[in-house]
Amino acid sequence: MPDIMTMKEWTIRTARLMVGIPDYQTYVEHRRQTHPDAPIMSYEEFFVERQNARYAVGKGRFRGCC
Amino acid sequence: MTLIELARETRHVEGDMSSLAIKGNGLRSKLLWTAVIALGAVSFGIVALSRGESVNAAWLVIASVCIYFIAYRFYALFIAEKVLGVDPERQTPAYQHNDGLDYVPTNRYVLFGHHFAAIAGAGPLVGPVLAAQMGYLPGTLWILAGVVFAGAVQDLTVLFLSTRRDGRSLGDMVRSEMGPVAGGIALVGVLLIMVILLAVLALVVVKALVGSPWGTFTVFCTIPIAMLMGVYARFIRIGRIAEMSVIGIVLLLAALIYGRTVSENPAIATWFDLRGETLALIIIGYGFVASVLPVWLLLAPRDYLSTFLKVGTMALLAVGIILVQPELKMPAVTRFIDGTGPVWSGSLFPFLFITIACGSVSGFHSLIASGTTPKMIENENQLRLIGYGAMLTESFVAIMAMIGATVIEPGIYFAINSPGALIGTTAAQAAQVITGWGFTVTPDMLSQIAQDVGEKTLLSRTGGAPTLAVGMAHILSGMFGGRVLMGLWYHFAILFEALFILTTVDAGTRVARFMIQDMVGSVVPSFRKTESWGNNLVGSALAVGAWGYFLYQGVIDPMGGINTLWPLFGISNQMLAGIALILCTVVLFKMKRQRYAWVTIVPTFWLLVCTLTAGWQKIFSAEPTIGFVAHARVFGDAAAAGKILAPAKTMAEMNRVIVNDYVDATLSALFVMVVLAMIIYGVIAIRRALGDPTITAIEIGLPATIPGAKLA
Repeated sequence: MPDIMTMKEWTIRTARLMVGIPDYQTYVEHRRQTHPDAPIMSYEEFFVERQNARYAVGKGRFRGCC
Repeated sequence: MTLIELARETRHVEGDMSSLAIKGNGLRSKLLWTAVIALGAVSFGIVALSRGESVNAAWLVIASVCIYFIAYRFYALFIAEKVLGVDPERQTPAYQHNDGLDYVPTNRYVLFGHHFAAIAGAGPLVGPVLAAQMGYLPGTLWILAGVVFAGAVQDLTVLFLSTRRDGRSLGDMVRSEMGPVAGGIALVGVLLIMVILLAVLALVVVKALVGSPWGTFTVFCTIPIAMLMGVYARFIRIGRIAEMSVIGIVLLLAALIYGRTVSENPAIATWFDLRGETLALIIIGYGFVASVLPVWLLLAPRDYLSTFLKVGTMALLAVGIILVQPELKMPAVTRFIDGTGPVWSGSLFPFLFITIACGSVSGFHSLIASGTTPKMIENENQLRLIGYGAMLTESFVAIMAMIGATVIEPGIYFAINSPGALIGTTAAQAAQVITGWGFTVTPDMLSQIAQDVGEKTLLSRTGGAPTLAVGMAHILSGMFGGRVLMGLWYHFAILFEALFILTTVDAGTRVARFMIQDMVGSVVPSFRKTESWGNNLVGSALAVGAWGYFLYQGVIDPMGGINTLWPLFGISNQMLAGIALILCTVVLFKMKRQRYAWVTIVPTFWLLVCTLTAGWQKIFSAEPTIGFVAHARVFGDAAAAGKILAPAKTMAEMNRVIVNDYVDATLSALFVMVVLAMIIYGVIAIRRALGDPTITAIEIGLPATIPGAKLA
């Protein structure tokens, strides 16, 4: 990932990651490079998957702080 | 050492800012840092030495920021490079396990935002407000010293350890480095802190909403608003977070403005003018329902809303303080450092260090730092920015809360924060008592401020949120709106706190449920299936019941509940920090870096001394306002003599007070025992590490430069 991002890009990415949604484009590029034959989730599927994962009750996933 | 030095020589450091900072010892850099140190020293002198006249908050901001910069530039760099030996050549889990989802190499500034949003919460806002009863100086000193030498050290070290272990959780790391028994004890500690945390946070919301139709209406509105957003983002426009958040925020502001109309219409207002007991039962019921609903419907959308509102409001408050530059009205040190204060009982040592937990050091962060963040670190040389830097930012939030609480007239501060049992229930009584304490205030001032913020009364609105809201309203209305908008700002601040506390209550209940299911499941295996509806309901009921018990007990407490519960929360939070720092110390010994282990030993020692002394006093102090057993004895003796003491009205209530005291005493004893057990296991692990000539730290992944690490 380039180290220099525009302010707008930075704000969007940070705001999205703050609520647990990583960058979709990064995901797509990663799948294309490493698993070119495997299917890639659409953005909608990706969002639903990430939303469920963020709140999945499990070890090491502490949400909300004091 | 030679190997490490060699490793450092062979590094490629292009573009690595932390290494540049070491090497860039040019004249300009030296001059710059000398200037920062001088400015920090001057501002700090003004803050610390002023007596009599009020100090401008700007000096407190400048002093803190200078200290943060100096600590980050020198101490954090020392910890990262020398103590931990971060290795920029070593592959991080984000690359090793890159899946584009959980493990993603992420730009450090983006990750900083993520990590800060995950650690920041209500704690740093409430603790300093309560600590302000001793004046602004004792709390400020502990916030600054605590974060530099304890809190940020813990966050950075745990983040480092977890990054070297594939992002494993704190419990897993304690288990693998210190043995399964120590791991089990740590998990019990985590469950206890969850229960007390949820109870005390829910109590803060209850205290803020009692008898406040405006606030109650607005906070209740967040539930349908969140559900609407949830449906929108899951079915109508899937994943459009920005659109959904804009809709949510607009509706929220509408609810906030309309709340005034509701509160001014007596027929509707009675529906939202609730007693503490009713509100407690509503929140308990809500916690249960929310934790069994699907996450996308309520938890996720409200989490989005509260995260953005939280970060946005904190930024707004920072801008407000810088622009308005309010005067601190509270004296630097008040007479209550002797332990007779009305807001919480106990002397400066150990209770100040318990009262301000988050903001200086928070054990809870060790759970976050071993959560999702370590899976996204691009390079170990960024750990300092994310671990240490985010904690410094959180500490700045605590400083802002301290400013918020101390820009109010001290008399008004004590009127809001003292329990009704001490100051009575009318403005005239309260003004008389508080003026008697040496903080001049008139009944008119008390009614005026309540009227300004659109409440019937602000007397005994303990819990920190109303105080902070008054302080924020004072600062923000100084920026826009003046007195006309003060009520709006006040309820905005209440809404903002209630929103993210309710999110924590919801998410925390789920975590507590999982932990209970896991623990009970080791005896009854079928209980472990988290997808089963039966288990889900029973587990949720157990989790809600646990914190609900303490919440209800706090609501009916005549001293306002916060007086009892907040120290318990502080003890549990510092206890967890103690556990995390013991782990850090053990691992430093196992990594054969014991010559630097004082970096974690010093804060560990201090936290253990504070928690153990506070825990001991909470159980055994002869003073009934501090010791639970002494309090139970006062009530027991009265009951035996057939007398009934307030707040109890019947003999059954007397017995309930006594039972509650013993429950609280038992809980404090549990905290003390958890801490003692962890110390013993820590010492055993350190002795074993010293007896072994090889490196025994169990890291995962190939160490690029340090040979001899045992691979697991």
